[in-house]
Amino acid sequence: MDFFSFVKPKNDLESTSDKQNNVPFVPDDLWTKCPKCGAMLLTTDLEENLHVCTGCSHHFRINAKQRLALLADSGSFREHDATLKGSNILDFPGYDKKLEKARQNGVESVICGECTIERIPTVLCVMNAEFMMGSMGTATGEKITRAFEFATENRLPIVVCTVSGGARMQEGILSLMQMAKTSGAVKRHSDAGLLYITVLTDPTTGGVTASFAMEGDIILAEPDCLVAFAGPRVIEQTMRQKLPKDFQTAGFVMQKGFIDAVVSRHVLKPTVAKLLRLHGCKPIEAKDAVTRS
Amino acid sequence: MTAYEKVMAARDSKKLTAVDYIAHMFGENFIELHGDRRFADDRAIVGGLGLLYEMPVTVIGIEKGRNTRERMDRNFGQAHPEGYRKALRLMKQAEKFHRPVLCLVDTSGAFPGIGAEERGQGQAIAENLMEMMTLKTPVLTILIGEGGSGGALALAVADEVWMLENAVYSVISPEGCASILWKDSSKAPDAAEALKMTAQDLFNFGVIERIIRQPKAEDSAMFESLKLLISRTFEKNMELPTDRLIENRYNRFRKIGTEHLMS
Repeated sequence: MDFFSFVKPKNDLESTSDKQNNVPFVPDDLWTKCPKCGAMLLTTDLEENLHVCTGCSHHFRINAKQRLALLADSGSFREHDATLKGSNILDFPGYDKKLEKARQNGVESVICGECTIERIPTVLCVMNAEFMMGSMGTATGEKITRAFEFATENRLPIVVCTVSGGARMQEGILSLMQMAKTSGAVKRHSDAGLLYITVLTDPTTGGVTASFAMEGDIILAEPDCLVAFAGPRVIEQTMRQKLPKDFQTAGFVMQKGFIDAVVSRHVLKPTVAKLLRLHGCKPIEAKDAVTRS
Repeated sequence: MTAYEKVMAARDSKKLTAVDYIAHMFGENFIELHGDRRFADDRAIVGGLGLLYEMPVTVIGIEKGRNTRERMDRNFGQAHPEGYRKALRLMKQAEKFHRPVLCLVDTSGAFPGIGAEERGQGQAIAENLMEMMTLKTPVLTILIGEGGSGGALALAVADEVWMLENAVYSVISPEGCASILWKDSSKAPDAAEALKMTAQDLFNFGVIERIIRQPKAEDSAMFESLKLLISRTFEKNMELPTDRLIENRYNRFRKIGTEHLMS
């Protein structure tokens, strides 16, 4: 619910604004401009096209909920550790306020749970860029670790969609430790002979790139997404080197040998499902599938 | 000493570097081994074999260099992917021959450059984290100066992590933190304080097991006691069944920070 809906108007006069009533209503978000080709797109068209530019196929960033809807079968997602959250352990200045603000967009920077993808049971983790740019704090690492541990115990494959600015500096060394912790859980899942598919989305950087994002058996990426350890600005500033064209884009990183395939959003779900099937993951019977929609 | 004074001490160009520790503890017995067998030999990482009393050990250090020429040669202790891959190669070798691994960490971070990115800096670090977690031989890491983020952690997934009393270990440099958060890198001393990056802070968080007194070059007794401490730790861990050793290592990282979570 919108925060302001709790604020009751003091009297009737204040409850409706004359100014608003006299101006013809044009929603701000009727049109969306493509940052790549500059085309003006009707927002409803853009949404219908899975937030991919109809002109140049630029993949707009989508949030965690949209990502879940894109991959999980409708109504099949059951969230784990939905309320698990971190705190200001270091007593870092300003972090409490930042957390409070970020929590308007979710509990933490990742949503984890189980679902079916084309009726194949799988564990799914989706990072949330709207929560402090998907930065990895203690709770983020814990949720991902638990998701891998759950997948290992239940002999399930796991799909992780990454989007992150890296480790969350307000949690200092404890956020760095999440890189080791999550990597340990990935290793156990891997040693159990189970499949881990990574889907890199824009942007995947820093401590997330240098841990679970690069540890998938199969690493997919969305077109044009930034995949980096040190981001382009860091390199330009510290090394004063001019960067090659398309440096650190999905295509570039694939050409360098670190990504298996760049996959358009339109075929992401069937591609993931195909990979799951090729690894012997069986769909459940239609009558057993959770269908709530 | 304030946190930032410790940062400065950890970066002091006159302090001992990894090769000094290797020379003092292993002397002429140290044999350096080069290269990652894939791309190159990264001079920022020194690796090889040494003898700890009767026990052969694999030693891997990040070396900053002790003068300008050495520092250029060592890329100021900022490793490329091939450096982390060399380290992993030597660790796998140690696993094969069942000898313990000693890592000496002193780096401001993994190198942020075009070549490093092209050759998969993130992937190289990630692979080390994953493989070290289940390495079937004891691993001990000592932070002897700067512990800069992922570039340090790539050699610090160990059974125990120790720090020199004036070493620092952090997710980001105080300058980087101050310039991102407050758009002002001169506020680095405040950031150093806020990041809680000193050995004492990290000990309180359960991130390290031991704080070591700072040895001086001429202090051979100090090195001797450090050597003894290391060899006792290795002996203890060599006796553990391998599954137990790996289980302990997993749990060591698994529990860090979890007591502060809320649900």
